[in-house]
Amino acid sequence: MREVAKRMAHENSRIRVTDINGVMRVEFVDRDILDEASIRRISTELIQRIEAAANPHVLICFRGVEHLSSAALGTLITVNSLAKKRGGQLRLSDIKPTILEVFVITKLNKLFHISDTAEQALEGFGKG
Amino acid sequence: MTSPLESLDEGSARLKEISSEVEQLQARIEAALARFDYSAAAQFAMRLSIEEAVMNGFRHGNRQDASKFVEVRWSISAEAATFHVIDEGEGFDPESVPDPTLDENIEIPSGRGLMLIRAYMTEASYHGTGNHLEMTFRKRAQQ
Repeated sequence: MREVAKRMAHENSRIRVTDINGVMRVEFVDRDILDEASIRRISTELIQRIEAAANPHVLICFRGVEHLSSAALGTLITVNSLAKKRGGQLRLSDIKPTILEVFVITKLNKLFHISDTAEQALEGFGKG
Repeated sequence: MTSPLESLDEGSARLKEISSEVEQLQARIEAALARFDYSAAAQFAMRLSIEEAVMNGFRHGNRQDASKFVEVRWSISAEAATFHVIDEGEGFDPESVPDPTLDENIEIPSGRGLMLIRAYMTEASYHGTGNHLEMTFRKRAQQ
């Protein structure tokens, strides 16, 4: 896979964002996405980035994430709606089985495009 | 506090909406659960349920009033772990919470905490006006 990565760092950000061939790949700094204040910060940053992009293709990679709360699910739903509204798409990848169960219980696995790996998700965007 | 026979771990905490306080409580409970040999999946279930219950208490119960507390009481044995989460709000009717899995609600960003608690805990019920949640995880039922 040809990867031209451009790191964009926000001060105190709880996410790492990398541009891969026009896809905004998002990874989390923390293993637990539970704390409401952190989730609000993540949400604000993602929304700002998506609103600044035309046809935003967003990949949120959960590698290393151990816990996820319903507030984090709410942020994903908001990001998904916004990306779609702006002519783009959100895909999720690398979700541990324990966390995947949270998506299954809430039936959000039907709302989101979930891939096993980031590479598969990138292929799904047609940019692998 | 652990009893002399170490057959029960009981305690309580009054929390403000500060992430370090919640994190400290979670670490305390996680250590007790590990001591009583709860599986990683069981610990995941309880950590998530406590987080959701406490956050619901702060957000919906106390309406993010910084002067109010959420109290957590726990009793953990080798067989079961019971948690009481009590906020200072007016309570609510848990039956009035819309089903977030319905097609018409699936894109609403909130309202999944209670559903996750009910899915992951063996029992969950509200007392009084609805500001007091009691939830129990039974090892034999779910491990």
